[in-house]
Amino acid sequence: MMKVVEGSHAVAHAVMCCAPDVISAYPITPQTHIVEHLSQFVADGKLDTEFLTVDSEFSALSSLVGSSAVGARSYSSTTSQGLALMWEVLYNASGMRLPIVMTVANRALGAPLNIWNDQQDSVGARDSGWIQLYAENVQEAVDMTPQAFKISEDPDILLPSMVCMDGFILTHVYEPVELLDKEMVSKYLPPYRPGVVLDPSKPKTFGAFVDPSMYTEIRAMQFRAHEQAKKKIEEAAREFAELSGRYYGGLIDTYQADGAEVLIVTMGSVVGTIKDVIDELREEGNKVGLVKVRSYRPFPIEALRAALKDADVVAVVEKDVTIGTQAALLTDLKGGLYNYRDMPPIIGFSAGLGGRDITTREIRKIVDLARSAKDGIETEYGFLDLKEELL
Amino acid sequence: MQNLFAPGHRACAGCAMPTTVKLILDAAGPNTVVASPTGCLEVVSTPYPESAWEVAWIHSLFENAAAVASGVEAALKRFGKKDTNVLVIGGDGSTFDIGMGCISGMFDRGHNVKYICYDNEAYMNTGVQRSSSTPYFTHTTTTPAGKVSFGNPRPKKDMPAIAVAHRVPYVATASVAYPVDLRRKVKRALAIPGPAYIQVNAPCITGWTFEAGNTIELSRLVVETCLWPLYEYVDGKLGEVKKIRSKKPVEEYLKAQGRYRHLFRKEGGAEIIKQIQAMADANAVKYGLLD
Repeated sequence: MMKVVEGSHAVAHAVMCCAPDVISAYPITPQTHIVEHLSQFVADGKLDTEFLTVDSEFSALSSLVGSSAVGARSYSSTTSQGLALMWEVLYNASGMRLPIVMTVANRALGAPLNIWNDQQDSVGARDSGWIQLYAENVQEAVDMTPQAFKISEDPDILLPSMVCMDGFILTHVYEPVELLDKEMVSKYLPPYRPGVVLDPSKPKTFGAFVDPSMYTEIRAMQFRAHEQAKKKIEEAAREFAELSGRYYGGLIDTYQADGAEVLIVTMGSVVGTIKDVIDELREEGNKVGLVKVRSYRPFPIEALRAALKDADVVAVVEKDVTIGTQAALLTDLKGGLYNYRDMPPIIGFSAGLGGRDITTREIRKIVDLARSAKDGIETEYGFLDLKEELL
Repeated sequence: MQNLFAPGHRACAGCAMPTTVKLILDAAGPNTVVASPTGCLEVVSTPYPESAWEVAWIHSLFENAAAVASGVEAALKRFGKKDTNVLVIGGDGSTFDIGMGCISGMFDRGHNVKYICYDNEAYMNTGVQRSSSTPYFTHTTTTPAGKVSFGNPRPKKDMPAIAVAHRVPYVATASVAYPVDLRRKVKRALAIPGPAYIQVNAPCITGWTFEAGNTIELSRLVVETCLWPLYEYVDGKLGEVKKIRSKKPVEEYLKAQGRYRHLFRKEGGAEIIKQIQAMADANAVKYGLLD
């Protein structure tokens, strides 16, 4: 049954349905409502879990390293500066192959201090070894939650996952959502039964130090697990669709991509706005389509190559900037297509930084710029909607 | 004595830390999970694929062992394994400095985690740099004695008092030279629900510079000078203290170590030694060490 609820409430409800053994979190805007709702579920006796209100995001993730190593299904949520504070633990959790799941309520990073949405926080953690899934709307963020646990806890994968949802835009919006059904989720997501745990009756050493003779191989095993995860992410989405009837694509999704001359590539909530613009443009006779990146890590380069090869031109829109070069999705994409023949030209834009709205007018502008790039790129990369007069 | 910390680890000959760990684990027994921060202990005991640990053991980072142990305890509780001991065993750098926030959080939340610091009074793993556990006037590589310096310009941080201020129900100091006392304190900590903090004096031969055979003697001497009082705080109240029958002058302790050599060679050193003696005398009064 559809219900009009706040995004954070819906996601907290989804987390509850996944029956986490341990939750550990520290409050930070705009993640707070997720944690508050979970706390209320615990207070009302609806959620039976060990809930730790810790002293920092650093402690939040560190404590989950401990709980996950004991074999507990472990969950946290954070954003922005909190995720930055976790940086050291991010690499540790993935290196120790602990399937922790974390909702990231995407927000800009300071300075200057800014509490509004962009995706600089999680995009900046792209090399940390975590799986990163990006949700288009609240329903997808809800449905991605059990999928993330399923992918992470798979014995062939054993990697932590971030479910990334745009802060405020998705965390604080009220929209109709199908809340998850606990029974359905328990059918979908079996209990976590790890093979190796911290257990006094079978003592094991976790987190040993590794010298140069083995370090590369352990990194390579992590790398291969990410390759494996590509298949698992597709499977998890399909299996979830069988039970729920909802499907958003696997690694990527497309919209009006067939025969599109211009293809826009993006991730997160701006997908909805772009779809609206595409509808208008299609009605006007313009062949414009969309490729949505659901999984940014692992980066689905094979799927993207296949989806983009027939377009005349590709325009990337993303809520981050890689200062000193261009932007993350753009450079990842170009890097992945460089060695292949007959790939379309690619341009890219950093947009919606620090919470600035990405308007339909700006998206039309991107399409115009993309069209003109067909016959030779003039500007490969730039900031969208930049107020030059303020610089 | 059951040996839950196996031989073959790579600690220096004369290091107090492996003996300390053996005593702790002997008191705790095999139904134990240990979290250790990065440091000498972690490095010498777990060069992959080897491990000296005969109990379940986890290392994550330098500053998060208390938080990791919090999660271990929470998960064990969740799985109904309340009888399993959860210990942190870490050095003073991770305890007094970089891990302080996580320790404060663990104390505050009241986890049933016993935090044990083997205190060798500097960052030994990285080459004897000053920590906030380093005593006054100690030579380290970042507070060297020199023409205008008598070494570390600050007193040792009172970590047990910080633990007491968190209302940690059991707080104690110990020394590797008093194994019966140390084992008893670990057992007592484990018997009292909630967090505990035990700080064990553990000399480091390379950092303190002394003969490898003198480790235990030196750790006994620091207690006998009253520079390292052995005491317990139970529910915030000073409990049992180790009485000193014949108090030794601090000079005897300082003279035995390279890290205090400057006090005996530099002009003005005698005055500094007097100041250190005054600190020992103040401890004797504060904790009632003498009859």
